[in-house]
Amino acid sequence: MPSTITPPEIDRHRISDGNNGQRPPTDKRTGGNGEGDGENWNNRPRGHRGPHERISQARIGLFFALGGDLMFFVALISVFFVTKASGHFDAYDHFINSWLPTAIPSILWLNTIALLLSSVTAEVARRAMFREVDAMDEWFGLGRPVSYRAAIWLSITLALGILFLAGQWVAWDQLAAQHVFFRSNPSSHFFYLITITHAVHLLLGIAALIVALAALKFSRSLSTRQVFVDTTVWYWHVMGALWIFLFLLLEFGQ
Amino acid sequence: MTPATNPGATFMARLLRYKWVRTKLRSATRHRTIGFGYLLISLIAVIIGSILSLIMRTHLAWPSWRLPIYGAILPEDYLAFVTMHGTLMLFFVLTVAPQSGFGNLILPAQLGTRHMAFPRMNAAGLWLTALALATLLAAFFAPGGAPIGGWTSYPPLSATPLAGPGEGTGMDLWLASIALFSVATTLSSINMLTTITKLRCEGLTWERLPLTVWGWFTAALLSILAFSVLLAALLLLFCDRHLHSGFFLPAQDLVSGVLLQHRGDGSPLLWLHLFWFFGHPEVYVAILPGIGLTSMVIANFSRRRVFAYRLMIATTLLIGFLGILVWGHHMFVAGLNPFAGTAFSISTIAIAIPAAAKVFSWLATTWGSRPRLTTPMLFALGFVSLFITGGITGPILAQPILDEYLHNTFFVVAHFHLIMAMAGVFGLFCATYYWAPLLFHRTLSEPLGKLHFWTTLLGAYSTFLPMHFTGLAAEPRHYSQLSGLAGPSATLLQSTLPLQRHITASAIFLVCAQLPFFLNLLLAWRRPTNNPADTNPWHATTMEWAPNVLNPHPNDQPPIVYRGPSHYTDSGKEFLPQWSAANTFNTEAE
Repeated sequence: MPSTITPPEIDRHRISDGNNGQRPPTDKRTGGNGEGDGENWNNRPRGHRGPHERISQARIGLFFALGGDLMFFVALISVFFVTKASGHFDAYDHFINSWLPTAIPSILWLNTIALLLSSVTAEVARRAMFREVDAMDEWFGLGRPVSYRAAIWLSITLALGILFLAGQWVAWDQLAAQHVFFRSNPSSHFFYLITITHAVHLLLGIAALIVALAALKFSRSLSTRQVFVDTTVWYWHVMGALWIFLFLLLEFGQ
Repeated sequence: MTPATNPGATFMARLLRYKWVRTKLRSATRHRTIGFGYLLISLIAVIIGSILSLIMRTHLAWPSWRLPIYGAILPEDYLAFVTMHGTLMLFFVLTVAPQSGFGNLILPAQLGTRHMAFPRMNAAGLWLTALALATLLAAFFAPGGAPIGGWTSYPPLSATPLAGPGEGTGMDLWLASIALFSVATTLSSINMLTTITKLRCEGLTWERLPLTVWGWFTAALLSILAFSVLLAALLLLFCDRHLHSGFFLPAQDLVSGVLLQHRGDGSPLLWLHLFWFFGHPEVYVAILPGIGLTSMVIANFSRRRVFAYRLMIATTLLIGFLGILVWGHHMFVAGLNPFAGTAFSISTIAIAIPAAAKVFSWLATTWGSRPRLTTPMLFALGFVSLFITGGITGPILAQPILDEYLHNTFFVVAHFHLIMAMAGVFGLFCATYYWAPLLFHRTLSEPLGKLHFWTTLLGAYSTFLPMHFTGLAAEPRHYSQLSGLAGPSATLLQSTLPLQRHITASAIFLVCAQLPFFLNLLLAWRRPTNNPADTNPWHATTMEWAPNVLNPHPNDQPPIVYRGPSHYTDSGKEFLPQWSAANTFNTEAE
């Protein structure tokens, strides 16, 4: 009944950029990968295929960005293994390797659990954005059930993320109390380098979460809100998975 | 919350009410503006870089020559000029102009799209690149001057200010500049890759993409992989310089008579691995767009299809892929394990296969045709010529046993200036003459263009071919003076001086040969614009020449692609553009 249930006024002005008049992506199972606009989707020209196209473009961009970012960590980890294995021969022909493993503060286990939990809450928020019944309500302008629920879960994610960073701070503090600093040993170089570069990435993630929360509150188009939440959460997941790998490397790889 | 009570939206709406804000925001993120911005950055860099090279050449030929105002050129000044010349040309000219400059100007039109995927990210890339250039140039005015470590900045000397003037603040500025550049290039590559993946117009399948787009695509992929690794290496070198780590430094090190102690047993070789993992793909980033353009331009002016089109797509990707696996050939004489040297030697020689396939495709495309020798076609053929002469020394240098002798001589300088610098610049000139009707709405003068081509070709060969001979006569790289040295090698170097003077004179001639080019641009500026109805003066078949694609009207229907590029009849008189729905050939208006 398109004549009786029309999109809210504000969305109708956006006809020119092709986001309007088409249902938001709502397929629950695939998290937005469904067709969205069921009618005639494939016959529209590229760039005019509605919200689904926007979200997939944002995801592809994020995918390329994360590809580059992972290469950054691949380079760091290669240097980690090379440095760990390198040494020199002293005057008595003994092979001297100055690598002393850095004892990892046990609070990192708790931090890891917090980060894992935050990924779960982030995923709940992301899926909430695509729940069909609620998304359609929101798109019709009948309240904001989707954004409201996602905002709650994203806020929990934000809190857990800050908790993780605070925990990392405590870990650095504990190491400093034991006089283990960046300059102490090749292995401590890497402990600080890896945890700090990861923390910087997580700070970017926290900034993205704050932007996504702001978008949930202020953005006028549902598909914009979906794009912000979806890309932020995917970024968060990758940083979480990366941390698991880095943590295992620091805990067992030294 | 209704929009009326939404403070953020109201503020934005109020701001956007001002026309100035609206137009500025829109034009700052428009890919055409950004493309011209990148070309401007390259122009500044190429002018400074060329002046530096002329100063170096003059100093080599006449060591007692004093630079006006500046005074005598000391060895450290010479090394600073080498570093800045390499950095400016490699990063800010050969990476920026073909990839980001022409990529932004032409790529969206070739894809039949009106905008890039992430316009704001694209604009951020431009401004970061401009900031990187400013940071790099600031190194000239830093205490101690510009860094002297070469564009590769090998540790341990790049890790300590003790190594010489310019290795203090100058080196820090270099690190900051290249780090900014890495981030900027990554942003611009993400935008480009997403645009190619997601925004091709209707009917433009991967196989129908022009080879220029394939060149940009492969180069962007390489940029993303390589610049991230460079960023990591820069971070580690920064730690070595300021945070007392020793990733690239041995436990003890004697620099300028001072014994330096470091923690750990780092190795300068590790920097070489990381740097060349970036550095070799980087030279393919510089040349791949030119390779793609050469294929398209040669096909268009020969009125032939590109010979073995799908194979050319495959070889573009293969050159990119092999380009990631060959970094060790820069390190044969750096203490690399000989077994690793053999592996890198094999992978390097393997690149000759796709590269030779490219050359054969270019020759086969023109073979037996009656090519129209317009200026862009001449520059494309010049590209082929330089690609062969510069490339033929590649398999020679790829053999560790030969590289052992040649690596630190001018033979290598001749090799990479022909294959990368000259071929890359010929690609840029080809692009400028070919796309001038789209960039400036005017066609550049053909007589001036031809004068420019022949003088530049002569200057290029006259400058860089003799460097092979001075290199074989053992002229080392990075020596600021070849006369007045002690020892038996001095006689040998002294004997190259007449050739040195010839090279210097040729380099000055080569720079002067660019005057017709700038005169051409200047005259075009004063000439009336082309007839707007005549949008396709070269009778080309790719999408950027379609009516209303480069400057679309908002009400235009999005374009549709019906076939691959380069469809001509046997006589070459008729052609079938990608955008033409009818299956009948358009006839050239002679």
